[in-house]
Amino acid sequence: MSDPIRLTPPLTDADAERLKAGDRVLITGVLYTARDAAHARLVDLVRRDEPLPFDPAGQIVYFVGPTPAPPGRPIGSAGPTTSYRMDPYSPLLLERGLKGMIGKGKRSPEVLEAIRRHKGVYLAAVGGAGALISQRIRSAEIVAYEDLGPEAIRRLEVEDFPAVVVNDCHGGDLYAEGRARYARPRGG
Amino acid sequence: MRELDVGEITRAVRRLAVEANTDLGADVLDAFERFTATEASPTGRDILAQLTENARIARDEKRPLCQDTGFAVVFVDLGQDVRLKGGDLYQAVDEGVRQGYADGYLRKSIVADPLRRENTGDNTPAVVHLRLVPGDRVRIVFAPKGGGSENMSGIAMLRPADGVEGVKRFVVDRVSEAGPNPCPPTIVGVGVGGTFEVAALLAKRSLLRTLGAPNPDPYYADLERQLLDEINALGIGPQGLGGTTTSFAVHVEAHPCHIASLPVAVNIQCHSARHKEVEL
Repeated sequence: MSDPIRLTPPLTDADAERLKAGDRVLITGVLYTARDAAHARLVDLVRRDEPLPFDPAGQIVYFVGPTPAPPGRPIGSAGPTTSYRMDPYSPLLLERGLKGMIGKGKRSPEVLEAIRRHKGVYLAAVGGAGALISQRIRSAEIVAYEDLGPEAIRRLEVEDFPAVVVNDCHGGDLYAEGRARYARPRGG
Repeated sequence: MRELDVGEITRAVRRLAVEANTDLGADVLDAFERFTATEASPTGRDILAQLTENARIARDEKRPLCQDTGFAVVFVDLGQDVRLKGGDLYQAVDEGVRQGYADGYLRKSIVADPLRRENTGDNTPAVVHLRLVPGDRVRIVFAPKGGGSENMSGIAMLRPADGVEGVKRFVVDRVSEAGPNPCPPTIVGVGVGGTFEVAALLAKRSLLRTLGAPNPDPYYADLERQLLDEINALGIGPQGLGGTTTSFAVHVEAHPCHIASLPVAVNIQCHSARHKEVEL
């Protein structure tokens, strides 16, 4: 395995273009959390052409709903949630300049097309490794929708947050490539 | 008649909720190790190592294994010679969930209504599967179920003519279609027979088995082996990034069914296969 690529948001088109499916990355800097309910609200604002609680331009959204922070820690366990539920919303946010998404699992053809068109990237973190991943999160503050509890939008500061590029803006797809490499014929 | 105060059930549920979410079973940890030895993909082996490290951190530091601390699914086997006193059983279970999820800093993941979607704020209500059994004991199994793997589950009402091949096709197709979504390596729970709802519950109950313990009926133990082999030939691998470990085990449970029917249900369990139990 080659050395991981270091990323610090905000990302540019050029940053996205050099990422290829299968690349391992370490992110240091700011991530914004959002999952189902927060996405619904964000996209509602976009459709009504109202300002968003944070400017998505160049940013990375992390699909996560963390557990509550225990005393003395910035956040609880915080692994990725399944991304396809955000598929109806992601293209609009990519259109508004969002560059990256971190989650787990497959994306829709519409999202993949939006990643290509707007030069974005879709990354996966290890699902179910929430305790491990939380060690890379230095701080967390709620920026919007506190009423949503675990689904509130949080601004995280992360250090060496590990992820892998699943879908790049050139059409690369690690899920398809990885699976094809290890599949055996049925009954074989 | 043995009397049991429902407060004891609340205390047990509270403790099990925290334990189940922070202390992964030895059978699951053992599977991480066994499959690390056989996994062909270096990335896959690295992921299994990360899951082992995650479980160590969770246990040592009493932190949730996963941020999705689940729907509180509680199986209660109530001895018919027990008389519960001091309150309502279901309320006692919910109170245990409420306390465990608050005190353990677990996530509250339940909405009060499926369409209006307001979070209840305390992870109640629990799903309680109550069974009356002989004896004067109460057995409680706490199995928090995450949404990601639950969403990849499915049920089909096959024709008897579809037979075992039809069952295999449905199960393997379900896992194939789910791909990376349910956090593989998974445990695939399969319920065959019964009625529509019985098949689903069989699939769910099968997940409570010790990981990889075969069905005692050799016919079904053989079916489990065949299904696991076919599933692991899909190439999905740990986290769906490619590999030879898509599932750790397939657990099949069967039940008598109608001459017209062949129900089959698949309940997928992510690698964070959490369940703890106690007998009162």
